[in-house]
Amino acid sequence: MQLTVNGETRECPMEISISRLLKSLNVNEDHVAVELNHEIVPRAKFGERILKENDNLEIVTFVGGG
Amino acid sequence: MEDQPLVIGKYKFKSRLFVGTGKYKTLDIMKKALEASGAEVVTVAIRRVNVGIKYGESLLDHVDNNKYMILPNTAGCYSADEAIRTAFLTREMGVSDMIKLEVLGDEKTLLPDPVETLKATETLVHEGFTVLVYTSDDPIIAKRLQDAGAASVMPAGAPIGSGQGILNQNNIKIILETLSVPVIVDAGVGTASDVSIAMELGCKGVLLNTGIAMANDPVNMATAMKLACESGRLAYLSGRIPKKLYAKATSPAKDF
Repeated sequence: MQLTVNGETRECPMEISISRLLKSLNVNEDHVAVELNHEIVPRAKFGERILKENDNLEIVTFVGGG
Repeated sequence: MEDQPLVIGKYKFKSRLFVGTGKYKTLDIMKKALEASGAEVVTVAIRRVNVGIKYGESLLDHVDNNKYMILPNTAGCYSADEAIRTAFLTREMGVSDMIKLEVLGDEKTLLPDPVETLKATETLVHEGFTVLVYTSDDPIIAKRLQDAGAASVMPAGAPIGSGQGILNQNNIKIILETLSVPVIVDAGVGTASDVSIAMELGCKGVLLNTGIAMANDPVNMATAMKLACESGRLAYLSGRIPKKLYAKATSPAKDF
């Protein structure tokens, strides 16, 4: 199925959880915050939240700043 | 002379120098500079992870959040809504409920938008954040931000990254007289004396990034900033002599 991740369209397997998606992208889930369709998903729910066709994900982390 | 700790909300700090993590040539230089600065609080921004084939790195891989208190900022936000949304995301990261709130008015000057800044402050205070708010050196808006519940008000000395130091000492003095929350100069610091001047005026701390990160020798500059912060603070606590128009001799006239 197709998802949008950080503004880019990606092909992903059906019934994938946020946790599994992050792992497949080589992203450490303890170092990110996630917004799914403009709603923040708490880290504790990454494992149980299952993604659907056309979902829009924003995955953010800390970077250098003043 | 033993100084009191800097108290912001429920947090206490020994070091009055807050340092940013942006604009360093390398992460190694950043780490050494942070160490040299003696800072306990370091600022970070929040951005999309790089989800390419390479490992999506985070600054948390390089800044030990057991050693430093991480102060996330809302850099890049131009509206209260954006800043509020960003603040919630930073809180989700699970390292801090402190937020350095900046809501900018335009890209060229990076001056804060006072209306949106006040709106965002009110909301984030209500939502339980410890808000350290970046603002201009206007004493009126500074007071409004304190009244809205900001834990610290952070007036700019000069535009972000401009290195001009404190352009209007009088406004900073008025803000210091008017406010009871800690006033921390943020933005515009260029070299050590700028930090010293801020502390001598009575500011409770200074936040800087570019002045260290883009110095020719960031690690030594970080040490210089640390010393300037300590010396300015000690000078302030020691009670300076007043400025006088005329001379006053240091030895009594004649009388021998």
